[in-house]
Amino acid sequence: MSILIDKNSRVVVQGITGGEGTFHTRLMMEYGTNVVAGVTPGKGGQKFDDKVPIFNTVLEAADSEGADTSIIFVPPAFAQDAIVEAIDVDMGVICCITEGIAVNDMIKVYNYLAMSDTVLVGPNSPGIISVDECKLGIMPGQIFKKGPVGLASRSGTLTYEIVDQLTRAGIGQSTCLGVGGDPIIGLSFIDLLDDFEGDPETEVILLVGEIGGSDEEIAAEHIASEISKPVVAFVSGRTAPKGKRMGHAGAIVSGNKGTAESKVKAFDEAGVPVPISIEELVEEIGKALKK
Amino acid sequence: MKVHEYQAKEVFAEFGIPITEGGVAFTPDEAEQITRELGKPVVVKAQVHIGGRGKAGGVKLANTPEEAREKADAILGMDIRGFTVKKVLVTEQVGIRDEYYCGITVDRDARMLVLILSASGGVDIEQVAAETPEKIAKIHIDPLVGLWPNQMRRAVFSSGIDTSKIKEISSIIHKLYKAFLARDCSLLEINPLVVTDDGQVLALDAKMDVDDNGLFRNKDLLKYREIGGDLDEYEAFAKENHVTYVHMPPDMRGPVGIAGNGAGLVMTTLDVVARAGLKPNNFCDIGGGGDAEHSIKCIETVMKDPDVKGFFLNVFGGITRCDIVAQALVDYADNFPAGCPVVIRLTGTNEDIAKQMLEETRYTFVSTMQEGAEKIVELIKGLEVGA
Repeated sequence: MSILIDKNSRVVVQGITGGEGTFHTRLMMEYGTNVVAGVTPGKGGQKFDDKVPIFNTVLEAADSEGADTSIIFVPPAFAQDAIVEAIDVDMGVICCITEGIAVNDMIKVYNYLAMSDTVLVGPNSPGIISVDECKLGIMPGQIFKKGPVGLASRSGTLTYEIVDQLTRAGIGQSTCLGVGGDPIIGLSFIDLLDDFEGDPETEVILLVGEIGGSDEEIAAEHIASEISKPVVAFVSGRTAPKGKRMGHAGAIVSGNKGTAESKVKAFDEAGVPVPISIEELVEEIGKALKK
Repeated sequence: MKVHEYQAKEVFAEFGIPITEGGVAFTPDEAEQITRELGKPVVVKAQVHIGGRGKAGGVKLANTPEEAREKADAILGMDIRGFTVKKVLVTEQVGIRDEYYCGITVDRDARMLVLILSASGGVDIEQVAAETPEKIAKIHIDPLVGLWPNQMRRAVFSSGIDTSKIKEISSIIHKLYKAFLARDCSLLEINPLVVTDDGQVLALDAKMDVDDNGLFRNKDLLKYREIGGDLDEYEAFAKENHVTYVHMPPDMRGPVGIAGNGAGLVMTTLDVVARAGLKPNNFCDIGGGGDAEHSIKCIETVMKDPDVKGFFLNVFGGITRCDIVAQALVDYADNFPAGCPVVIRLTGTNEDIAKQMLEETRYTFVSTMQEGAEKIVELIKGLEVGA
């Protein structure tokens, strides 16, 4: 078991012939992801690496190959269109890697998505991995190890760092995903907490948050009332200045909203440990697993 | 991207939002000239990318062209919270009967735009929200159907503003919403929106933030981009070279130059270094998948501030290839000042090749972020003792 994706997921890659799309499709397939189709408008009929059929539309990919899960690598100006196309074909899960989609476009897409049964991870996400089953994204597959920790993060490389240390400590993961570094994203922490709560394989949930927005505060409240599994959290950006965009478009502290203090306080009040170093974080997860 | 009040007012004019007459002056002479042409008493307003200019003395009244020259002379060159005033807006004075607030911004949690209207204008809206929430109307706008007249009426009737002006105010809100979408804003604000003594409704101030990711549709707005407008010289250098870099504000700035790959990891590196005992000077995300030249530019940017006394590179290579970063470190080696501590943590893809390449260098290698943070702090502190 895992959440969102597993070995049965039939993946279509939107933007399969672009540079990023090509590079990461190969890595995903090496990992064992069941990539059944690619989409590049105008290149329908060709094959990717002599193996994967390419279609002009997501609809054809779904009809012909039974694709039910999409990953999007198309450039920002076209990404909102790509997401809407995947929603219209009723993809179960869409993961959008694209960084740089305009906020007003994402607001429109999100509210359209909300009327469908499709779930969206990202945009500006490093992807989703259900360990040893399916990798949908750009994370380095070799650092993961199958196990009981479910991880949702707002960051990419910080997640790799944490996962690497967990794996080295002998602690494996069920599903790990990056929710995306943008201000407007699809699934947020509270949705994933519910998913992990219902996943028998996940024993401990790890949330990796950062400054900006209030997803962590909302998640903390939700944990206190709805989540029975142990949750451990991390908050990045304790030293970040106000009013500066810290790399991620979503990581900006404006006014008194979105500060690290506010997030740590919310987790504290919900009884969620928030260790300040990755070493302590790994220890804390080890302790939670023994309970 | 932040734009100045006078630039935001150009956008207002384009969408038919009523503003006061005026012009921009770069010199006291120009301020005098504009006032003479207006033939009215004026307000001289500093144009800087930072709030609180009124309190800092950056907004002054002038009744004659000569007075406008004097006031402009006083404001131009003034330092407002670290920003030097290079231009002023000279605009007519109006008699104010009422001051309101009207703005549109992104509500991240609701994932919609929100219209905010308040009878308390001219002050900090967050303060109004905290102290007198009943004086604020907030209306969420569903992007799929847009803003409706009934929503604007609801905003006007529930915010405590003069309902006899509902027609004029609704029209302004509607235009503000159109401008917000067309110009890909992330904030568009009129504070204050005033009713004048003679009953006119005018946007007396304007604040506009443009979403950088929407600029591809609004290339004409690029003329408003000012390198150095809200960036200092180091950040401007970074921008010119497409380097993701943040210079810590002066009161938070220390001696450690920091680079790494990925925003989350670099932010955490700042935290870990700060906790190890020294403040970071800056923050640089070298990104993933770049070439060695880009990495060199990143190192150069981090080292540019002479207050940087040591360099810590923290790379966890997933997509980022360690050998490419190593190449940059080899090429840049002679450019580090003599004796400057350089601590390197390179883990992940092609790590072994990277280590071989760096064998001959004088850098200090560590295997974890924590160890690296402690090492760079120790080495920089050692310099101070040695000096």
